Amino acid sequence: MSRGKNDIVEDDGASDRRARALKLRALAALASVHDPEIPVLTIADLGVLRDVRIEGEKVEAVITPTYSGCPAMNMIAIEADLALEKAGFSERKITTVLSPAWTTDWMSDEGRAKLLRHGIAPPPHSSSRAGLFGKEALLCPRCGSAEVERISEFGSTACKALWRCKACREPFDHFKCI
Amino acid sequence: MHEDPLFLYTLRLADTALINGHRLSEWCGHAPVLEEELALANLALDLIGEARALYAYAGEVEGKGRDEDALAYLRDVASYRNILMVERPNGDFGQTIMRQFLLSAFMHPFWEAMSGSRDSTLSAVAAKAVKETAYHLRHCGEWTMRLGDGTPESHRRMEEALEEEWPYTGELFETDRVEHDLIASGVAVDPASLRDRFDTTLERVLAEATLARPPAGWMQTGGRQGRHSEHLGHVLAELQYLQRAYPGATW
Repeated sequence: MSRGKNDIVEDDGASDRRARALKLRALAALASVHDPEIPVLTIADLGVLRDVRIEGEKVEAVITPTYSGCPAMNMIAIEADLALEKAGFSERKITTVLSPAWTTDWMSDEGRAKLLRHGIAPPPHSSSRAGLFGKEALLCPRCGSAEVERISEFGSTACKALWRCKACREPFDHFKCI
Repeated sequence: MHEDPLFLYTLRLADTALINGHRLSEWCGHAPVLEEELALANLALDLIGEARALYAYAGEVEGKGRDEDALAYLRDVASYRNILMVERPNGDFGQTIMRQFLLSAFMHPFWEAMSGSRDSTLSAVAAKAVKETAYHLRHCGEWTMRLGDGTPESHRRMEEALEEEWPYTGELFETDRVEHDLIASGVAVDPASLRDRFDTTLERVLAEATLARPPAGWMQTGGRQGRHSEHLGHVLAELQYLQRAYPGATW
């Protein structure tokens, strides 16, 4: 018996819904993947997770490194793969792309709030981006004072700088703006 | 040797980034203060990250099945195409800073221009590298000012470092036959177009650092053609040791 036009439309509709459901499931699974170096952030908060593609039953997660030499990328790829496997995907692919280059502008507002609660000064939005030898305006994540100074341009990870609050005397990390 | 110009061009960039990153990583455990230890390690990490992306692409362009590890670990001195400046021993902290400042003053506008390359992989690597190099330049520029305009001892050392590193800046601006077509087709960057930016940065930072720019003069050359100083062999002996002793080792 030949398939009628309506069957195909029906099928297409079903596969669209199926693809949407799979994509939501993949996204939920990937939302559990955290940056191993800043565990308060998920890869979605960071903007490291760029895309999720569903093709049939296959899933592809596209990720991008924050810094070229970010040593967390291998770990993130392994954990993303594992999360998708746990979510029931048997055919998985994790793709790393360099372009467009990651920017702190992609960090979600929720991600910024999490950083602040964690004692890390979040990156300023690009509108306030400092010039090459310019000054950056930051607030202390602990006491909120603007009396802060940079100790070092580089910190405990490639994406952070080391600052100090002159009001409460506490040192703190600042997620660098790039 | 007939090598694909794009392969050789990418390899030169990759080798320069790797050897520069390796030299900086030698500061681990030796830097004068903890913050600078972290800073130099971070710079090294950026450079090795750039090198990995470039090697992976060079291997793809070459099409002989060599991956980033094969290119980094299984070539000997004469096959390396890095500029000579990056293989020089670190010297003291000031000398390392001076070298990295001079290099970054070139690399920052270089990556900026390269991000407009017609080669989509090179432009993607460049678009990331330019942001990282901006931090390298700022960090090393600030230290150059601080040490140059510091104590008589730090000033003297920075003056000597500048004099010693200066003859190695010539190679930054070299081009050869391999690159002419790539430049003409918008894949490669003509370094001559970066001269003004380089000079402006130097003028500004060296003035703050109370250091005088050395006069133009004889420049070292050869690294990009595979003619290296005796130092590169020592770098590779350490860098490649594991793969040479235990071929194919992974973990």
